[in-house]
Amino acid sequence: MLKVLKPGLYLTIQDLGRYGYRDIGVPISGAMDVESVKKANLLLENDENDAVLEITMTGPTLQFDTDTYISLSGAHIVATLNNEPIDNYTVIKVEKGDILSYGRLEKGFRGYLAVKGGFQSKKVLNSRSQFFPVTKTARVKDGDEIPYTETKDYEPKISEVKIEEHFEINKLKVYKGPEFSLLSDTQLTEIFAKPFTISKENNRMAYQLSELITGHSHSMLTSGTLPGTIQLTPAGRMIILMKDGQTTGGYPRILQLSEESISVLAQKKYGDELKFKLV
Amino acid sequence: MKSYPISIKPFGERAVLVEWPGEVSESILADILDFMDAFKELKISGWEMSVAYNSLTMVYNQDHIDFEETKNMILECHEKQAKSKTERIQHLWTLPVCYDLEFGMDIEEASKTLGLSVKELIEQHTSHQYVVYGIGFLPGFMYLGGLPTSLEIPRRAEPRLKVQKGSVGLASKQTGIYPQDSPGGWNIIGNCPVNLFDPSKKEPCFVKVGDKIQFESISKAEYKLHKIEGEVGIYEPEKVVLNA
Repeated sequence: MLKVLKPGLYLTIQDLGRYGYRDIGVPISGAMDVESVKKANLLLENDENDAVLEITMTGPTLQFDTDTYISLSGAHIVATLNNEPIDNYTVIKVEKGDILSYGRLEKGFRGYLAVKGGFQSKKVLNSRSQFFPVTKTARVKDGDEIPYTETKDYEPKISEVKIEEHFEINKLKVYKGPEFSLLSDTQLTEIFAKPFTISKENNRMAYQLSELITGHSHSMLTSGTLPGTIQLTPAGRMIILMKDGQTTGGYPRILQLSEESISVLAQKKYGDELKFKLV
Repeated sequence: MKSYPISIKPFGERAVLVEWPGEVSESILADILDFMDAFKELKISGWEMSVAYNSLTMVYNQDHIDFEETKNMILECHEKQAKSKTERIQHLWTLPVCYDLEFGMDIEEASKTLGLSVKELIEQHTSHQYVVYGIGFLPGFMYLGGLPTSLEIPRRAEPRLKVQKGSVGLASKQTGIYPQDSPGGWNIIGNCPVNLFDPSKKEPCFVKVGDKIQFESISKAEYKLHKIEGEVGIYEPEKVVLNA
């Protein structure tokens, strides 16, 4: 078991998502920054869908009760194992009683902790991703114990990798959304000429942008939405749906983020700047 | 029955949006469901489909897709569909609702706005069958069509931060049930004790798109009984097969 001594700001268990239940309104969920999770799992020779912990901004304090191997990825958050600093993207051996704790956030917004074999929390509808009320809890809390299997002797094929991080990227690649044609020339200029900043309203469900563009009065029948769908409200607010985002919506879907750009956006926080690039 | 024209739009790297004419209509919905049946017959694994009114979002979970190739596959399927209609089983579900003021905190104000008595509002709300045009927004939330115009009322000016699970609401042309606690701006007229989403079940949502819903007014005592029956897992809402 991994014992949660302190959960930090927002700690969740995530795999790559819950597929096959969109038609009954269940969001995909899963890790926000898929790219970082795949790399952490790859280092441990895990399945890419193995469950990891998603750390938001402030890291947790965790204690291991059996031997295993871990790797960290995503945001650069100062991390220590028994007070010794450890790096992202290296395979680290941990022993019974070891304490992993986190300090200052340096770059990015969401960090990941992968364990050899993946966390073994209960699967609900084929996924371990936490999303209330599909799973009984929305996030990991103080005192929770998260199961994993013991690994004593493991020879990692690669012990560390050099990663080109995507924290510095601030250009998001977008495709035309189903209602792209409703945009006026003025709106198009507003969207593609200027940078936007991320508003306080940003979480696993959606990121809102601070700057408004020209509004609209187009009403449409509710229709499907996906992670990465950018909706435009009548007031001119752009809302980017993320992994826990609702499966349907009634606002025009003007743009759709590339999947790669969803991972980029997942590392942005309040006040960060971004631009859109149509592909 | 004729097939409607469809349009197919790209929707990111692994999805397409298929749209039928932009109306809320039972025959359009039937056409969409026929298309889905025909597509499922092709037995191509990895596709997820979800309906909302006049549109179908099709997502390929396994990989990025080639739009032109996908479009042609869909058009071909849509053409074939007209020739071979499949039989579908659809249900009419009777869902109990307690319209007591304890649950329906907006029912008096809504009645006033609509120029009806509370009794008349309940009679009208329970005397229609509503078609399930989609499930989305929240797990198990049904988009219901067929609300009489006499019950059309604007959303509340200020949404509530927490609307209780099971709350039955009215908002413009829609009526529906909140399947979980949620923020919401609908006028709440009652509460339905039936659990509409249960992830511990193999089929977490018993209602299917294309089914119909009719509400039945129950007392507070019956509400409590159904609630307990639901919790211990012995309550099954009443259903009849529509197209037997």
